[in-house]
Amino acid sequence: MEISVTVNGATSVTDVEPRTLLVYYLREELGLTGTNVGCDTSSCGACTVHVNGESVKSCTMLAVQADGQEVATIEGLAPSADQLHPMQESFRDHHGLQCGYCTPGMVMAACSLLEENSAPTEAEVREGLEGNLCRCTGYHNIVKAVLACSGQDVS
Amino acid sequence: MIPAAFDYKRAGSSEEAVALIAEYGDEAKLLAGGHSLIPMMKLRLAVPTVLVDIGQVGDLSYIDDRDDHVAIGALATHRSLETSELLLSQCPILAHVASKVGDPQVRHRGTIGGSLAHADPASDLPAAMLALGGSLIAQGPAGEREIQGSEFFTGYFESALTDEEMVTEIRVPKAPGDSWNYQKFNRRAQDWAIVGVAAVQVEGATRVSLVNMGSTPLRADAVEAALAGGASSAEAAEQAAEGTDAPTDLNASPEYRAHLARVLTRRALDAAGIS
Repeated sequence: MEISVTVNGATSVTDVEPRTLLVYYLREELGLTGTNVGCDTSSCGACTVHVNGESVKSCTMLAVQADGQEVATIEGLAPSADQLHPMQESFRDHHGLQCGYCTPGMVMAACSLLEENSAPTEAEVREGLEGNLCRCTGYHNIVKAVLACSGQDVS
Repeated sequence: MIPAAFDYKRAGSSEEAVALIAEYGDEAKLLAGGHSLIPMMKLRLAVPTVLVDIGQVGDLSYIDDRDDHVAIGALATHRSLETSELLLSQCPILAHVASKVGDPQVRHRGTIGGSLAHADPASDLPAAMLALGGSLIAQGPAGEREIQGSEFFTGYFESALTDEEMVTEIRVPKAPGDSWNYQKFNRRAQDWAIVGVAAVQVEGATRVSLVNMGSTPLRADAVEAALAGGASSAEAAEQAAEGTDAPTDLNASPEYRAHLARVLTRRALDAAGIS
């Protein structure tokens, strides 16, 4: 089936099998491999992208469901090749990553969280990221990075 | 994991969706947000040969004030329930229970109609629906009918919907105020409830429902009867496992679930100020 999806501002028209999951469409059709597949069971959140501005798990959505929609991936976040998005900058400043596998999903989930709640409490950040697992268990610094990105003092 | 191949049909309206599922019969499944169905298709526990996508039917996402009740379009997402000003003021238990489903990503896509039609006895929203004494509107080839929540859940992942019907609307009576509570007991934040208990005062009575204590979500009839007869919350809660048939799995034995039901019912009644 032919679908037209706008990913990071660019519209692509692609013929996909209906059973193609959004994450494989992004990775294999469009070559956007920044979005990772972790658990593949809607638990870990490594595959988190935005659909129409809201975080979703792209392993639990069919590409055909994204037909006509706006998708944003980690590749589309930074304003330019030599400048990071403030959330990425904050993850770097606060050591919000170790192995880095969960990081694209964490960053996308965190951006969606701040879009809905611009000044969350620490508890709200922890709850807001409950759909994302970090197997290095680096949650403490991830939470710190998100709080700092929202303009709150974490010193 | 990739689902088995299927034919994909996209419905532009509920009428078109009903016509499509009537045409393909029990080989077809309706796809709303997909957050119950797609995981089952990936595990090949569900292998529909035709998917009828209703996700882009535009006029089924409303949450409307209808005097004595709130009417909710079947495609309203958990997120929209959780943040609805109308529900927060007139039916806060439903907004709260919606906020306990899965995680934010799941709540952005999952829909109330999809969750209820899926009829998972461990799901949160069916329990809220039962406790509130709500009803569902099903649309079929012959038109619409209203199904009471108490008659909707007929078995393990089975509902009163026929193969040719879809849920279009959910109606819940207004239950404003603070006399409600939902206790969800699980090991990990985003999990299903090992046991859940919803308690709410609505239409002059206390209603209590149980999650994951049988093959369907259940009303705790014995607790309600005890409360109506003047029992204290602690006395009434002792009846919480009466008439249930709790499942066994890696998380809990039936005996442990019965214990949880009693403890959580007491906590829910006390937190709701019902005694």
